[in-house]
Amino acid sequence: MAQTILHLSQTRGLGDHGWLKSHHTFSFGGYYNPERINFGALRVLNDDTVSGGMGFGEHPHDNMEIISIPLEGKLQHKDSMGNVAGIEAGEIQVMSAGTGIYHSEYNAEKDKTVKFLQIWLFPNQRNVEPRYDQKRLNDLMKENEFVQILSPNANDEGVWIYQDAWFNLGNFKMDTTTNYHLHKTGNGVYIFVINGNVEIDGQKLENRDGFGIWDTENFELKISANSTVLLMEVPMEF
Amino acid sequence: MKNMTEILVVGTHEKISKTIARLIDNHEKWHATLAQNITDATAIFKAGKINLILIGAGLMDEEEKQLTAEAKLHNLPIAKHYGGGSGLLFAEIHEAMKQK
Repeated sequence: MAQTILHLSQTRGLGDHGWLKSHHTFSFGGYYNPERINFGALRVLNDDTVSGGMGFGEHPHDNMEIISIPLEGKLQHKDSMGNVAGIEAGEIQVMSAGTGIYHSEYNAEKDKTVKFLQIWLFPNQRNVEPRYDQKRLNDLMKENEFVQILSPNANDEGVWIYQDAWFNLGNFKMDTTTNYHLHKTGNGVYIFVINGNVEIDGQKLENRDGFGIWDTENFELKISANSTVLLMEVPMEF
Repeated sequence: MKNMTEILVVGTHEKISKTIARLIDNHEKWHATLAQNITDATAIFKAGKINLILIGAGLMDEEEKQLTAEAKLHNLPIAKHYGGGSGLLFAEIHEAMKQK
C-alpha cells in the first residue's frame, strides 16, 4: 500500500532576509524541523524570491546535486569552473558540486524580482568532478502532459545528475487525469504544485503544496486547468 | 563558561573547510577544529576534546569508512557534510548529536 506525506504550503519554513524570501519545504539554514529533513534523496526544496539586483555572493558547495528552475525573471550565475551564464524562466540549471565548487547567483535585473526553485539532491557518488549544465525547457514542453526534464542518463531528455532521479514538469491548460509510473523500485515521488490544483490519492493540493508518495509503482493525478506541476522521483534509500 | 560542542571538521578542501569552520564558530555554543587527513583527525579526537566529527569534501571512501569505524570505537557521533555552506549545516549537526 502506498505511503504518503503532505506538506501544505503554509507549513513550510521561511527565511526572510529582506532581499531574499525563501520558503523551505525541508530544514534549511536557520529553519530546523526534525520531522522535515528530507524526502529520500531530496534534501532541499527552496522556493526563493530575490529582489532586483540582489543575490547570493560567492559561496561553496560540495557533494550535492543542485538544480535551479527559474519561475519568473532571470538569474546571473558565475562559478569556479569558469562558467558565466544567465538563466531565465523556461530553463533549468544543474550543478554537480562533487569535490567542491564556488559560485555566485544574482538577480540579473535591477528592477524586477526573480523567483526560482532551488532543489538539492544527495548524489549517488561522492567527490565526483564538478560539472555544470543548463537547458531550455521551452523547447521540450508540450501542453497538457508531463515532460521529463531531468534523469540519471546523459542521453535522455533534459539535464542529468549523479542520482537515480527523474523530474517531470507539466503545464496543463485543461482539466487532465493522468498516471505516473515510477522508473525504479524503491523510489518515491515528491509532487510540488507550482500553481493550480491537483488531487492525488484523494488529497487535494493547491499552490506550493507538496505531497510525497512511495511504496507504489504508479499513481493517478487529477489536474485542474491552468496548473503547473513538478514531479520529482527520487530514491527513498540511497 | 558555556558548555561548548567541539566539532572536528575533516576534509581536504581547505577553503571549504575554513568556510564551514567559520559558520560553526558563529554559533555561540559550537567550536570547530580542522583536520585535512584522517591521521591528524584521529590524533585530535583521541586527545578527547571532540564531541562530533563532520566529514567534509575530499576524503576517499576507504578513508571515510576508516574514520567512521574509529569514531564508533570512541562513541563519537559522525555526520557527512553536504553542500559546503550554511544551508544544511545546522540540521546536520543537530541530527548527528541525536546519535549520542
